[in-house]
Amino acid sequence: MTTEAVDAGRRGNRRERGAIRRALRGALRSWRGRIGLVMALAVLALAFLGPLVAPHAATDFVALPSSPRGPGYPLGSDGLGQDVLSRVLLGGRKLLLLAVLSTGLALVLGTLIGVTAAYRRGWAETALMRGVDVLLAFPQLVFVLLVVSVLGTPTWLLVLTVAIAQAPQIARVVHAGAQDICERDFVQAVALWGVPPRQVIARHVLPSLSTPLAVEAGLRLGFSIVIISGLNFLGFGVQPGTPSWGVMINENRLGMASNPWGVVAPALVLAILAIGTNLFTDAFARAAFGEDRADDTVIGSGMGATP
Amino acid sequence: MSTLGAVAPATTGLRVSGLTVVGKSRRTPIVEDVAFELRPGQVLGMVGESGSGKSTVAVALLGLARRGLQIAAGEVRIDERDVLALPPGQLREARGSLISYVPQDPGAGLNPGHRVGWQLREALTVHRGVLPAGQSVDDRVLEVLAEVGLPADPELLGRYPHQLSGGQQQRVAIAMAFAARPRVIVLDEPTTGLDVTTQRRVLDTVRELTARHQVMSVYISHDLAVVAQIADRVAVMYAGRLAEIGPAAQLFADPRHPYTAGLIAAAPSAVRATTLEGIEGRPPRPGAWPAGCGFADRCHRVQPDCRATLPELVTVGAGQEARCFHPVERGTFKIADRPAAPQVPDRGTVLEVRNLVAHYGAREVLHEVDIDLRAGRCTAVVGESGSGKTTLARCLVGLHDRWHGSVTFEDVAIGPRPKDRSTELRRQIQYVFQNPYASLNPRMSVGQNIEEPLRHFTRLDRRARRDRVESVLSEVALSTAYADRMPDQLSGGERQRVAVGRALTVEPEVLVCDEITSALDVSVQALLVEQLRRLQHERGLSLLFITHNLAVVRSLAQDVVVLEGGRVVEHGPVETVLSDPSHSYTQKLLADLPDLGRTEAVAS
Repeated sequence: MTTEAVDAGRRGNRRERGAIRRALRGALRSWRGRIGLVMALAVLALAFLGPLVAPHAATDFVALPSSPRGPGYPLGSDGLGQDVLSRVLLGGRKLLLLAVLSTGLALVLGTLIGVTAAYRRGWAETALMRGVDVLLAFPQLVFVLLVVSVLGTPTWLLVLTVAIAQAPQIARVVHAGAQDICERDFVQAVALWGVPPRQVIARHVLPSLSTPLAVEAGLRLGFSIVIISGLNFLGFGVQPGTPSWGVMINENRLGMASNPWGVVAPALVLAILAIGTNLFTDAFARAAFGEDRADDTVIGSGMGATP
Repeated sequence: MSTLGAVAPATTGLRVSGLTVVGKSRRTPIVEDVAFELRPGQVLGMVGESGSGKSTVAVALLGLARRGLQIAAGEVRIDERDVLALPPGQLREARGSLISYVPQDPGAGLNPGHRVGWQLREALTVHRGVLPAGQSVDDRVLEVLAEVGLPADPELLGRYPHQLSGGQQQRVAIAMAFAARPRVIVLDEPTTGLDVTTQRRVLDTVRELTARHQVMSVYISHDLAVVAQIADRVAVMYAGRLAEIGPAAQLFADPRHPYTAGLIAAAPSAVRATTLEGIEGRPPRPGAWPAGCGFADRCHRVQPDCRATLPELVTVGAGQEARCFHPVERGTFKIADRPAAPQVPDRGTVLEVRNLVAHYGAREVLHEVDIDLRAGRCTAVVGESGSGKTTLARCLVGLHDRWHGSVTFEDVAIGPRPKDRSTELRRQIQYVFQNPYASLNPRMSVGQNIEEPLRHFTRLDRRARRDRVESVLSEVALSTAYADRMPDQLSGGERQRVAVGRALTVEPEVLVCDEITSALDVSVQALLVEQLRRLQHERGLSLLFITHNLAVVRSLAQDVVVLEGGRVVEHGPVETVLSDPSHSYTQKLLADLPDLGRTEAVAS
């Protein structure tokens, strides 16, 4: 049955419209994609359903500081005697929401820049893409740290900064794709009728970029999670006492000897999430573009910029 | 002409039998049971439209198959030696010395990293014993260069392939193929992409070398006229099988398979303006071949038995065989029966171009071009590649804005860019692109693609737009069911018709067509040409038709403008210019043009 479906896809007479759906189906047929999806979904479920089942409140005192695991506190307690399990269950939701928000914003910014540059060409393209190059020269985390340490850490600024740090990569990918599309005759044909650029881009250029954009979204989401939890680890963007995976890793380092779970549990959850999203995105890209190009897209553009 | 059908198994000659190529994974037949014979000094022309399997046959003759394919059965006997049965080492030895190959793209056939002389010498030194005693490699290189009409000087041998013109590259490739004096040479569309003059020279060279060295040449082409000019025998491929095979003159004068007859009827003639007859539909894809005749769905002579069983090749004349149960009756095919193209009255100028000068960067590519496009008529702009004809079209529609001079549409001046023009002007002049595979948005259905200009130019509601789409589809002879298909489900010809339809939705006065038939097979080209002719007569549409194909010009256009090097060298009514060209360039273009009509005259 599987081979039949693959062949049907290869025959190429299926509708182009379903490119994303087809890539998703392809990703779900590969073990890489299945494992990645299960990992990511497990952590998502934990972060969003966790608060409903957490046995204690985040700041409840349940045991002596840094106690190893015991009855009522299966992962032990942290340096303030709070329940590690409950804090892991409670500490993911805000992180994930911020990551999704900043990724979404980054996608909008990056796409706007990339597609405008490709469509306008001339000086606008030069200005926009050289700006992107300058931003790309900064390592993402360094850039974010610079901004938050100068301007402070209100949540909106955090989201905006992470988005700006991610946007250049997206702009690059979109620009490369859009350059090709804008040259195609069907885009030229529409432009000849005098259709305004905004409409040409929205109706004819962007839909053709949906697949690389979907890959980029998955990839950037993984990085956003890593950056934001990294910031939290360094003490930016969270109020003291609020549970957050990044903060927990930092707080509980001192008690590692007596209760390693205080560090291991949040670190494990973060790792599973980051690896899971990456695996799934990779499988999706492979299904969408074929093996060779997927390597360029995901591994090539991603790893160099990993903070 | 020879009567090869009667020849008993000869000791010398090429004998191909039962050649079958299949897909590796599912064993889908791509080419099935191809068989033919050829005697020394003869050329077999193999014609077929894209996807007919002719290139697969070409490489299979050398024991090769494209990635994913394999040769499943068959024999390729050269002087009684079966090439396909040779062990790998000997097969490798045979390629180049016993059978050689000239690829379609000469640029791709030569190694860009080595000098031409080095490559020619290599063709002789990889195989031992190809040279007679006493002849050195360099002697032979100079000999073959002279044979293909290239100057045998060291300067040329020291050049790299990119320093040669396309025609020179192709002649070097042919020289390499002939260098080791193989018995069989396979030429896979070697003149596609060359202009007619160069093509003429390449054909003459192949013809002459084949005769002089008594080799057997298999010449693959989609162009009937080219094959008519070079071949002794012609094999017509359709959907992976031979449809008809026979002596060239006889086959073109008296085709018996309906497909062969259809192809000839679809080919325009450069000497007589006739209407054309296309073949609707498309060949079955590999894997979807019907149980019966592959041509049944497009054939107007189809009977129930055609669909039930696959016809065998049967002898229909002296040395002529056709795979058909109900062949065209002997001697009834008359190319001259085709009605002459109708006349069109002159109703004054609609688009006037004066002193148009265009630049690419610092280079001036069009020099003071004057053109009058007359209302309701078709003006063809012809010239070879690089003559500036496409640039001219792009200037007129607003794709190329680096020009000055005056262009007026119904006495209104036209600006260079789309935004310098009024909406009305942009509607009145529509453009159809050369490549039908790039001009439709692949993410939109055919209906949505056609609807797109309506959204911009009109305020029609959904229903009205849908009605318009349906009427346009019927105008380009596509059923309304096409509205919901996606472009990638259509053939090249169907896509091009959709592109024409899209241009017509807003009822323009002028249609600028840039080489719109050059990517199409002849049977499909004929359909498109006839549609344009109908639009011209029924709607009074004025056409500016850019092309390099003089035969199409003769069939469709009323006026013609000949461009050479960005200059108009001759213009006037098609009758006058093509029948009695005054400029040497036009004369040369016409003289070198292969034409089916001429062969017909020779045969009768």
